[in-house]
Amino acid sequence: MTKLERNDRLVRLSLLMIALSAISVLAIITVFIFEQGTPIMFRYGFRSFLLGQDWYPSEKSFGLLPMIVGSLMVTFGALLIGVPLGLASAIFLTEFSHRRLARILKPVIELLAGIPSVVYGFIGLMFLVPFIRDKFGGPGLSVLAASVILGIMILPTVISIAIDSIRAVPDSYREGSIALGATRWQTVRMVVLPAARSGIIAGIILGMGRAIGETMAVIMVAGNAADIPGSILAPVRTLTSNIALEMAYASGEHREALFATGVILFIIIMILNTIANLTSARQRKK
Amino acid sequence: MGNRWKLQPRTEQKLVQFLMYVLTSVAVLVLVFILAVILKNGLPQLSLEFLTRNPADMGREGGILSTIVATIFLTFIALLVATPLGVGTAIYLTEYTVESRITRIIRFGAECLAGIPSIIFGLFGFILFVNKLKFGWSILSGGLTLAFMVLPTIIRTSEEAIKAVPPAYRLVSFSLGSTRWQTVTRVVLPSAIPGIVTGVILSIGRSIGETAAVIFTAGSALRLPTSLFSSSRTMSVHFYILAKEGVSLPKAYGTAAVLVISILIINIATYYMMERYIKRKS
Repeated sequence: MTKLERNDRLVRLSLLMIALSAISVLAIITVFIFEQGTPIMFRYGFRSFLLGQDWYPSEKSFGLLPMIVGSLMVTFGALLIGVPLGLASAIFLTEFSHRRLARILKPVIELLAGIPSVVYGFIGLMFLVPFIRDKFGGPGLSVLAASVILGIMILPTVISIAIDSIRAVPDSYREGSIALGATRWQTVRMVVLPAARSGIIAGIILGMGRAIGETMAVIMVAGNAADIPGSILAPVRTLTSNIALEMAYASGEHREALFATGVILFIIIMILNTIANLTSARQRKK
Repeated sequence: MGNRWKLQPRTEQKLVQFLMYVLTSVAVLVLVFILAVILKNGLPQLSLEFLTRNPADMGREGGILSTIVATIFLTFIALLVATPLGVGTAIYLTEYTVESRITRIIRFGAECLAGIPSIIFGLFGFILFVNKLKFGWSILSGGLTLAFMVLPTIIRTSEEAIKAVPPAYRLVSFSLGSTRWQTVTRVVLPSAIPGIVTGVILSIGRSIGETAAVIFTAGSALRLPTSLFSSSRTMSVHFYILAKEGVSLPKAYGTAAVLVISILIINIATYYMMERYIKRKS
């Protein structure tokens, strides 16, 4: 028996080591990105990175403000398009449509979540960019194009998480509301949505994280000029594109500045993650 | 609110229902449109030749064989590394410990890892594997980077699969005198396998479609990879370069079709497996 017990403790210990090493991946990534990215920020000062408007790496000017603004603009645009469409689809499929339709469409939508982001970018480049150029003017490669493509990309995430959290609302809530004479829409608006709120918000935040972290699709449709866009038809460069566009040939301080871009992106994402975690934890507690 | 002009609730209901119907149709049609365009333009490009010949003239001519091989190698390495780590972590979290600060930290870490954008994984892989460990742009660097990227997916799906095994199974096994490890390997894991495999397949899909994390770690050489240290271009990187640089539109569509079809097959397989699994459980 003692041998068995000893073996069991050994197994427990090795599994703990595995679990800790899996999680140390996060620590290693954090350390490497910060180690590479922060020295240059200290050297030039955080203000010049966060608030500087000029990105001329060859002249040692590393202002990231245009990219920070760019990332926020396209992410906000993506939410403006993805959230109403996604929420409406989720509500329609759970509350207003035939069960059969929902049973067919939910898996279809989830399958589409697997389409690689480069494909979305390509479709944007082939159809959306020329459309915007012809109908609204400008180069077509624009904040608008990036927002629409990202909005479409986050649809599957937003829809499927919203569906799950709406379905998790007990039927007795709906029955109670309908019994009081409410219409279905009143029931949805006043009973179901408030009850599903934190799950829906967590889904939106996840979609937001996906939009702000997306790289290749954005590069293909955004135009990538490192200036603060003057309108939604102007080209834009995001934090992620800034890294991907120049990493291939950057060296020295230029490369360090790209890692600094990564640090800022990392911090933004971590803040979003923590918010998403807290909201979904609150839902679980309820 | 009271003074505002208000619709009859019944009219409002009809209006909203119509509006939602329209919005849902827009969402579904857009997604289906993307798929249809790729298949319509891509399928005519596909042929045995396209799948079995290497790209020539920077991808303008020939097929995509080397990129298919590179994708398979990279994905294989990623899962070879991530599966034991992920499943081990899940077993520890579910079978070998009670909820404590450590499990909360591990879970929080896994969730954070899941949210990190792929370009950050790319940067990290570039610095650690390509530069510091001197693996260069290679299958190995790319595979390890992808392993880290899919790790959280494998941890989460395995954990859920293991949790879904009824506690009675474990009790019976213990009462027969088995140790915890025997119970895990002979009772718990066999019943959790379909769920774990689902997570692995999902990760395969993600690895195949990934571009940003791969392009800076595996490189973009068009040769057929010969060793773990050859630089090579995966299908999605190849597609990105063909499309972005405007090298060849027909070849880009062809590559996209192969990419999308393989991912769809993988996702559909996962979906059916999950359905069967859920049915069997209930």
